[in-house]
Amino acid sequence: MSLITFDPARVPTFQVAAKSLLGDTQMRKNVRHATDVIQGKRKIVVDEMPDWQQLRESGRQIKEHTLKHLDHYLQQFEENCTKAGGVVHWARDAAEARAIVIDLVKQSGSNEVIKIKSMTTEEIGLNKGLEAVGVHAYETDLAELIIQMGNDLPSHIVVPALHKNRQQIREIFKREMNLPNLGDKPADLAEAARTFLREKFLRVKTGVSGANFLIAETGGVCVTESEGNGRMCLTLPETLITIAGVEKVIPRYQDLEVFLQLLPRSATGERMNPYNSIWTGVHPTDGPRSFHIVLMDNARTKILADDEARQTLACIRCGACQNICPVYRQTGGHAYGSVYAGPIGAILTPQLQEMHSGQSLPYASSLCGACYEVCPVKINIPEVLIHLRHKVVEQDTQGFGALNPEALAMKAMAMLFTSERRFRAAQRMGRMAERPLVNKAGWVTWLPGLLGGWTQVRDLHEMPRQTFREWFEQRGATDGK
Amino acid sequence: MANSLEARTEILRRIRVATGKSANAAAIEAEWKAIQRDYKLAASVDREGLLHQFEDRLRDYDAGVYRVTADGVRALVGQILAERGKQTMAVPAGIPSEWLPSEVTFVEDLRGDVSPIDACEGVLTSATLAIAETGTIVLQDAPGEGRRAVTLLPDYHLCVVDAAKIVQTVPEAMARLQATAHVATTFFSGPSATADIEMTRIKGVHGPRFVDVILIVA
Amino acid sequence: MAYHDWDVSNRVRNYFRNFFVDATQEHRLRVSLFITCYNDTLFPDTGKAVVQVLERLGHTVVFPAGQTCCGQMHWNTGYQEEALPLLARFVSQFKDAEAVVIPSSSCVAMMREHYLKMAEKIGDKQLIADVEDLLPRVWEFSEFLTKKLGLTDVGAYFPHRVTYHASCHGLRSLGLGDGPVTLLRSVKGIQLVEIKNLEQCCGFGGTFAVKNAEVSSAMLGEKVQAILNTQAELCTACDNSCLMHIEGALHRQRTGVKTLHLAEVLAGTESGAR
Repeated sequence: MSLITFDPARVPTFQVAAKSLLGDTQMRKNVRHATDVIQGKRKIVVDEMPDWQQLRESGRQIKEHTLKHLDHYLQQFEENCTKAGGVVHWARDAAEARAIVIDLVKQSGSNEVIKIKSMTTEEIGLNKGLEAVGVHAYETDLAELIIQMGNDLPSHIVVPALHKNRQQIREIFKREMNLPNLGDKPADLAEAARTFLREKFLRVKTGVSGANFLIAETGGVCVTESEGNGRMCLTLPETLITIAGVEKVIPRYQDLEVFLQLLPRSATGERMNPYNSIWTGVHPTDGPRSFHIVLMDNARTKILADDEARQTLACIRCGACQNICPVYRQTGGHAYGSVYAGPIGAILTPQLQEMHSGQSLPYASSLCGACYEVCPVKINIPEVLIHLRHKVVEQDTQGFGALNPEALAMKAMAMLFTSERRFRAAQRMGRMAERPLVNKAGWVTWLPGLLGGWTQVRDLHEMPRQTFREWFEQRGATDGK
Repeated sequence: MANSLEARTEILRRIRVATGKSANAAAIEAEWKAIQRDYKLAASVDREGLLHQFEDRLRDYDAGVYRVTADGVRALVGQILAERGKQTMAVPAGIPSEWLPSEVTFVEDLRGDVSPIDACEGVLTSATLAIAETGTIVLQDAPGEGRRAVTLLPDYHLCVVDAAKIVQTVPEAMARLQATAHVATTFFSGPSATADIEMTRIKGVHGPRFVDVILIVA
Repeated sequence: MAYHDWDVSNRVRNYFRNFFVDATQEHRLRVSLFITCYNDTLFPDTGKAVVQVLERLGHTVVFPAGQTCCGQMHWNTGYQEEALPLLARFVSQFKDAEAVVIPSSSCVAMMREHYLKMAEKIGDKQLIADVEDLLPRVWEFSEFLTKKLGLTDVGAYFPHRVTYHASCHGLRSLGLGDGPVTLLRSVKGIQLVEIKNLEQCCGFGGTFAVKNAEVSSAMLGEKVQAILNTQAELCTACDNSCLMHIEGALHRQRTGVKTLHLAEVLAGTESGAR
């Protein structure tokens, strides 16, 4: 029924999903408001940094260097984490990662887990996997709790419930927490979440987290957050299981000095996140007695192997590209059919699905370049979008695909452009062909086929009687030049 | 896990195929050192400017800010706790006893079950260092700072920071922390907060909702 | 206006910067005009205006007749193989030019951002060398005036209320900054009004406007509203592709607001006000 799903087998194209979501005026209003606020905050704290461009460049270089030597740094991380009492697991794909986590949760003897917001666990559908074996996962981030209780899907990588406003959130909490008199002030809603989760934090013995950074040099892990739910999950359980994509490793502790400046300012417009936690393996008498980390590939090595797309893996999941994106601003995140929405989702999702689905996503962009401009690690998203579009065209023009109307039109246009004579002829032909469509005032208000999208909301003025080149040549002749 | 070992081999193989030949550790280190770092590394303001910046940032986060000389800490702690109406405060081992006024009950964390901590009205700690530019205080598992749960469960945190431990920039902080990089570390910048609802920053979710900071100045 | 901190980070662009502002007004240039396929066909008046302005400034304009299209539509839509011959064609037509002027920021962006990579894909060493040699001589119309010629006032007269739309490619890929606005400010009689959210895309995006017509329309809706809020008589820009898209909606909605390429605004004079 609903077009909103993240299941690659059922997900509609971006175009279809977007068309339907554009009708949700409340959601669009919520998204516009939230992205306007967050962009404004980001701008203030970025503009106060005279060395912002230098930080971006360093961030880019650190990521590029790490990806180039990823095997080295992962092994170094594994060695140091193990020395510090952590257990390192490796997972080739989502299914393997899920199986490992489920196994570890069972070993921990708990049928409940408390979770920190983690896009990686969303990516692998961990909650459903746990539910299937009778383990309940409590999302503890406020936004994730809203999503979980509302039986919804995240629409933003930093603020997953950004598409909901306070009244909608109140309705969900009222129903799910049985609080008939709950107010709709953000503080009331946060208080409700605090009370609801406190007991879980103190009771549940197993925690699951993602990671922002894995530090190869020390074997440590860094998680940044705002609410303190992360600290609860990282500190109070007896067993902690962390899942991270292999690209999350950074070479050294010192490198945090770059990312801890870039990330909070880009993500939430804060000078620093309220909380950053850094831990290394197991700390006796402080925190979990057992710590496991799952290093997951899940198509990341495929991206690594593609020179032109490799930079996708530099992403630190700040969401700045989503907040600035004029397309995301209109559609919200669900149109992207993936936990990774917006510009970064448009390049990451199809690649994580190894180009088996999500082919419409690289086209979900006007290539305006705002994402590249704000990206704290300088991922040239438009460049990667264009690269992926080429891959999609290669897929679509295989065999009989070469006969699809768009491909034929493109080939025909290319033919015209490779000959001055043909191009001139086409200009003349165009004027004639257009004539029946032109109204008395000289405007085209309806176009057939592929071009119909244009005249849905726009008119097109008729082609002038004379092309520029005809004018120029005529002028040359009369001027005697 | 045998399966995981197989996965490990396979993932590392895929990476090597993707990136080409592996370089040796020395070459990688040299390359890491060559990474361009021309961002600001050190302070650009004087000591007083630094203090002002730090105080300003803390107030921006809705934290209370106080200055005192070393001999006045105990009286100020007493005064703040009285104003806040706090009678039972958790403290980590190693907290200087000269900071503790006698009219308040201080419960030392024994690093076992957390419920005695959870039952306290607040927690009093010192700090490893602070970052002025971001209004951040860094806590490590050290005497006077304790394990992570101590500064997490109570709803109120009173933190005493030696002004000599304030640096201006994040890079300065990371350089100072390098020697204890393996110790469990928490950066906190004001009370816990969220902006998950309509991007409105609300102070106080799961971590301490109220934070006061005392700066010890010479 | 908030014209600052544009990220100029492309290697071609950096290499290109060294060539800025080397000419004086005494230096008469022979300018080769690349009109672009859609301006040639749909916006000949823009080309005429470019010729008028450049000749008024004392330069000579030539038009290599074999020119067609830069290949942007094909390249950006994923039809790379189809775009490659168009690069070779452009280079063969313009490689000996003293300066190439193009009244379309997105076509210039296409060249600066992708031509070198395209030449590398073709793998022809001579072509790579030719591209590297030619690109620094390729100018978007407004930057030719402001950066190459170092001008802010081109002696124009245009007694109308005008708002300027910063096309994304001009804004971000070319780093035009406040160049076009500086030119407009010097126009006699003009009343220049700033648009809200200047840096927000109008939603054109080439084939995006057709492939994702609904989203493109929604983006356009916001831009049109912002233009109407300025109460300008017309909207100008350095790119007719955005303007064609904006004009389409302004006309459909019967707003009476017109669009006009920057060159056509700058071509206006007191003797023959446009």
